[in-house]
Amino acid sequence: MTTYSAPLRDISFVLHELLDIGQFSHIAPFKAATPTVVEAILKAAARLCEQVLLPINRSGDEEGCRLENGVVRTPSGFREAYQTFAEGGWTSLACDPAFGGQGLPEVVNLAVAEMACSSNLAFYTYPALSHAAYNLIGTHGSDEVKRAFLPRLVDGRWSATMCLTEPHCGTDLGLIRTKAQPESEVGYKLSGTKIFVTGGDHDLTENIVHLVLARLPQAPPGTTGLSLFLVPKYLVNSNGSLGPRNGVSCGSIEKKMGINASATCVMNFDGATGYLIGKKGRGLHCMLSMMDIARLTVGLQGLGLAETAYQRARAYARERLQGRAITGAQCPDRQADPIIVHADVRRMLLTMKAYNEGARALAYWVALHVDLSRQHPDPEARQEAEDLVQLMTPVVKSFFTDYGFEATNLGLQIFGGHGYIREHGMEQLVRDARVGQLYEGTNGIQALDLVRRKIVKKSGRLLRRFFDPIDRFINEQKNYSRMREFTLPLAQAFAKLQQVTAWVVEQGAKDPQQAAAAASDYLRLFALVALGSTWAKIAKVSYAALDNAGEKRFYEGKIITARFYMRRLLPQTSSLVRAIRSGSRPIMELDAEAF
Amino acid sequence: MKILVPVKRVVDFNVKVRVKSDQTGVELANVKMSMNPFDEIAIEEAIRLKEAGKGEEIIVVSIGPVQARETIRTGLAMGGDRGILVKWDAEAEPLAVAKLLKAIVDEESPDLVIMGKQAIDDDCNQTGQMLAQMLGWAQGTFASEITVGDGSLNVTREIDGGLETIEIKMPAVVTTDLRLNEPRYASLPNIMKAKRKEIAEKTPEDYGVDMTPRLTILKVEEPAGRQAGIKVESVAELVEKLREEGVI
Repeated sequence: MTTYSAPLRDISFVLHELLDIGQFSHIAPFKAATPTVVEAILKAAARLCEQVLLPINRSGDEEGCRLENGVVRTPSGFREAYQTFAEGGWTSLACDPAFGGQGLPEVVNLAVAEMACSSNLAFYTYPALSHAAYNLIGTHGSDEVKRAFLPRLVDGRWSATMCLTEPHCGTDLGLIRTKAQPESEVGYKLSGTKIFVTGGDHDLTENIVHLVLARLPQAPPGTTGLSLFLVPKYLVNSNGSLGPRNGVSCGSIEKKMGINASATCVMNFDGATGYLIGKKGRGLHCMLSMMDIARLTVGLQGLGLAETAYQRARAYARERLQGRAITGAQCPDRQADPIIVHADVRRMLLTMKAYNEGARALAYWVALHVDLSRQHPDPEARQEAEDLVQLMTPVVKSFFTDYGFEATNLGLQIFGGHGYIREHGMEQLVRDARVGQLYEGTNGIQALDLVRRKIVKKSGRLLRRFFDPIDRFINEQKNYSRMREFTLPLAQAFAKLQQVTAWVVEQGAKDPQQAAAAASDYLRLFALVALGSTWAKIAKVSYAALDNAGEKRFYEGKIITARFYMRRLLPQTSSLVRAIRSGSRPIMELDAEAF
Repeated sequence: MKILVPVKRVVDFNVKVRVKSDQTGVELANVKMSMNPFDEIAIEEAIRLKEAGKGEEIIVVSIGPVQARETIRTGLAMGGDRGILVKWDAEAEPLAVAKLLKAIVDEESPDLVIMGKQAIDDDCNQTGQMLAQMLGWAQGTFASEITVGDGSLNVTREIDGGLETIEIKMPAVVTTDLRLNEPRYASLPNIMKAKRKEIAEKTPEDYGVDMTPRLTILKVEEPAGRQAGIKVESVAELVEKLREEGVI
């Protein structure tokens, strides 16, 4: 039952029909990414995910990681799978050819990431962090550090981690105590303890590169006193070969709720040699630039797991015979009807389908803007894309992992008791989905980032980049009668979002508590409207395809799902608006002692 | 040594096929298509021979619609050198395919043709044998191991009740069985390289082959569904039931 088949048709619909990535063929990473090449890449990646990563997902969860004599062992089959993954060049997809990469778009990489997360999230945590580190070192590292470390991160022979959290500080990184002592001209000695380090130690790669936030002597307290250091597990000789073991080791690994095949480590730094990345005191800034891509990828994890849950629940709902349709037997020749005839099962399946396909389109759209923000020849277009990525990152991270947990849970529900027992793999999806709401900045922090920073940034410029096109789309489409059932609810929800945004900004300026109390509900409202505009565009493209005699079942399915989204999911916005407008008082007035 | 590998675009082995309502065939619209798994094994074997220094060039051939170009491309991404697509949109029967392949062999003069023993769509298991006959070449069918000798091949064949090893002269046609090898996963750099490899486009007319079907399909039906089994209480009852069914 633990099946997954990569949704290649839908991915190609998003990339080519909805986003039309072919229009960017004049921009470097898209030159090589013609539809047929992208198709071939995704097909090969799908095969690898389905045949290599998926089969070790369940066993990896059962077996977990082990710490033996100070060395972390990943579950059976992970080493071989990682080798196949790295030797196949999949770690290099969106990397710079100057360091051995394939120079393909990040949006294609994210499509591969989605499939990998669907197949085996725990496995993918290892290469995902390496790619985020690759981006960080590429942006902030010195040429020397880039030359020494990037080629090995690109070919996957080495992996990377991010070391932020300490036992006494997670969200509040200003409290970090890990120290960096200047040693020679370029080197530092790091001492301290980091926890919750994903992939802190393992047996998949020859070397592990840790990116560590630490404090220099006499650095001011708070986050401005933090600098970023690169600390390799094995020191690297000038000829690129591995030198002696560095003073960093894994103290223990955590026992946790999900992603058990992903080693979550306590890392001890005992005078470990490190190299400064970026400027002194700019550590958090550098780290955040790594976290943007990492956060998008975490959002994708929610989608990936939800997709697998949907596929399994769909298959089960078609096969499982229980009860009769309320309006009379649908399959009189069988003992009972398949449960897909029941309204409540359909509600759950459609909720998953509508979120998944909408989220895929939205996430790839954001990923496309990551590419444009880096590579577009026009600086204004680069800035515009960058603004959108900044605005949408907390939304994708937070909403996708929230609904990912909801959707995997719905999938389990469709299996009934058979979902709760381990056999069908549904409970693993729920457990694996849970962490997404926590790591890379909790969803509460993402919501604060959205209301306190992103929507007010540059006097609302980021926001206008997102709002203006929705406005234009609604105006363009409102006169097409068949689009009205989509544009009308979208226009209403969008108007509410705009009004509430003004309210939150205004109230927040007077009293930050108002913005803080609104944050999570506001983010969800924002995400629902963003998905609403995405579904309206999907409906438009699907109608056009039907006009041109496209695949009937596929495009009609899109239109019907868009209708479900507008009528059944988008109305949540009304209650969110009321909750937000009730202000901070209902949340703040209860005395802490009275809880 | 030059190696020719014919490949076929078929319904993916994971797809649950449905019979068309008019019973003329199976539903192919919007169904995931892939390379016939036996043909992947054939390509893998050709690449392994090349990597072992025993082959120089691998030509991947497909007969089918324009989308079969992507099937060839998959073969090139695994390690094939160039491709030939013979465009044909309708049904291609083994005899016509064998004739076309013979014409291509005459033109390319490879030393070895490695092909799947059958395609998983129609399960004919005829084309390799027909081709060998037309060429007057030796054939080693259902191969589970191939070793190259001096102007000859040792082919271990999977036959009823065991394995049979035969020595055949080259040039030869070898058809692959499932245990011959495990095909590799196409690597990303090779996929990127494959897009620059040449695929020649031809038609059956170029080779003067008449593709008109010789067979008439009367109807295509779903196999009968499995009947529910029964549990027997004792060995004696089991023996009795088997007797009743005439099995023993």
